[in-house]
Amino acid sequence: MSRTAPDPEALLSVRDLEVTFGSGDRVVHAVNGISYDLAPGETLGIVGESGCGKSVSSLAIMRLLPKPAARVRSGSVILEGQDLLDLSDEEMRRIRGDQMAMIFQDPMTSLNPVLPIERQLTEVLETHRKLKRSGAVDRAVELLELVGIPAAKNRLRDYPHQFSGGMRQRVMIAIALACDPQLLIADEPTTALDVTIQAQILELMRTAVTERGTALILITHDLGVVAGMAQRINVMYAGHIVERATTDELYGRPRHPYTVGLLRSIPRLDEGRGELVPIQGQPPDLSRQIIGCPFADRCFNVLDRCREEMPPLEQAPSAADEHLVACWNPAEGERLVPSGFESELAS
Amino acid sequence: MTGAAVSQPVEQQERSVGLWGDALRRMRGSPAAIIGGAIIIFFVLMAIFAPFIAPYDPTRGDLGSSYLPPSGEHFFGTNVQGQDVFSRIIFGSRLTLGIAVMSVTIGVTVGSVLGALAGYFRGWIDATIMRGVDIMLSIPGLLLAIAVVSWLGRGAVQIAIAIAIVNVPIFARILRGSLLALRDADYVIAAKSVGVGGPALLLRHMLPNAIGPLIVQATLALATAVVDAAALGFLGLGPPDPRTPEWGAMLSDTYRYLTDAVHLAFFPGIAIVLAVLGFNLLGDGMREALDPKLRR
Repeated sequence: MSRTAPDPEALLSVRDLEVTFGSGDRVVHAVNGISYDLAPGETLGIVGESGCGKSVSSLAIMRLLPKPAARVRSGSVILEGQDLLDLSDEEMRRIRGDQMAMIFQDPMTSLNPVLPIERQLTEVLETHRKLKRSGAVDRAVELLELVGIPAAKNRLRDYPHQFSGGMRQRVMIAIALACDPQLLIADEPTTALDVTIQAQILELMRTAVTERGTALILITHDLGVVAGMAQRINVMYAGHIVERATTDELYGRPRHPYTVGLLRSIPRLDEGRGELVPIQGQPPDLSRQIIGCPFADRCFNVLDRCREEMPPLEQAPSAADEHLVACWNPAEGERLVPSGFESELAS
Repeated sequence: MTGAAVSQPVEQQERSVGLWGDALRRMRGSPAAIIGGAIIIFFVLMAIFAPFIAPYDPTRGDLGSSYLPPSGEHFFGTNVQGQDVFSRIIFGSRLTLGIAVMSVTIGVTVGSVLGALAGYFRGWIDATIMRGVDIMLSIPGLLLAIAVVSWLGRGAVQIAIAIAIVNVPIFARILRGSLLALRDADYVIAAKSVGVGGPALLLRHMLPNAIGPLIVQATLALATAVVDAAALGFLGLGPPDPRTPEWGAMLSDTYRYLTDAVHLAFFPGIAIVLAVLGFNLLGDGMREALDPKLRR
């Protein structure tokens, strides 16, 4: 997979992306050569625990990593046939907000506190669509109505602090969707919200991307959130994609011991028996050289070979659809959660 | 008069309470800011209406009536030349406030431009500007001001420029620091993520959020400027015409007669202390009002 040419059908092709932080004797290897494709209109979930590289890899795609702390060492990010990593800052600026946009984790701090939300919406439209002020304002009202802000027209002049967290996230979504991007990246969009609002925001995002045919990358550590949203899921660990499969296949027959561990640690309402099984140990220190599989020390299926050589991401044996796993000794693929789990979590 | 009439303004009030509205409301609740503001307004009115308040021409002396103690005729007494101290203090506020405001305006403007360039562009621009700032900050402020005045001359504008030069590196450093902290702010990254860049990012998203500490420092710098102007006057580097009323010069004219006529030093001293206190209290009140951590 990692050496294959970019798929011409794909909207986005990431190849061998490698990102490091710092320099000198303390270099943190945050993303270690990941590759994947995203079809137009597809929703891809990226899951993994904190520090696994899921946010960093997405910021690298947007080219929003802090400079000069972070460095993209190698790889390519091909959006509609052009490699984003080759573009100048100015060319990249024209693509951001127009062809691709991003929604961030914390809606409380992601809107400019001194600007009315009207200006934050119209500025995107003026930047990319060359709309006149009045046209941009009309469009801003439409967008706010689309994301379900009541009495949108009267709220244009309001400042972010006059909105609740959920409403602010709706405004963020409106800003991100303003120019109809083909690709939307949502980095933990519901983590900072309370549970009832989470469901509303996810529903809003689902309808918005389905209606417009927008491709969505949904980054989360919450397996419940992706279950009902994504067609395909990448599981990341220590800067690698360790498993990639369709949602049904991943929840139905998880192969990587890490994915198995994640699914076992989800609390279930209907099964009173048994304790949750946590994954033993800690994720590895990414500033050290890791030989072999980074999950080896925590793995229940570990072999000697795992400590010598990193397994490539390859088609899992006897899997139906595309089901890639980076493991020398993958699990059998037993169902850990009853079928129907995905839709139940999403509801 | 009650029901409907009351409910409408409440609705109005909830709208459009921006950053400044919020800050202003909180300043009204701070005793320090109110007292400081009142003192400053008092001095500003005094400076504006000086010709109407002052009972005598501040420059005209009468050697026959020098050294008079405070009385109903001369509230603050008279000095060696027989000039009315009360009138001189009132007119002196014009010069002092004028120099303070002018020097801080120049200092903020030049300092902000340098700080914004350094904080936004980074790299060699930043390094060059900030090393210059370091050098200037290593020279004692008053010494630098004395050097500039002796180079440029002793007019009010020259004094203002001298004090401004002392302030420039302070403002540059503050704005650069705020901008650096904002580079990684969530809303700045969010603005970048939809293609905002260049001047719009700096002017619309970063500067308005970085300006709070600058305003606080500017108010506090007004206090320092009053002291600096008085110090220059005291050292004989004030306005060249000795008849011009200037608080610092009034102090230095009289310290030799301190044992005989305390009032000559007392009243200009009080004026300087009050003006400095007013600006400092106002600055502290603003610091609290503009502190983003305290904002709701």
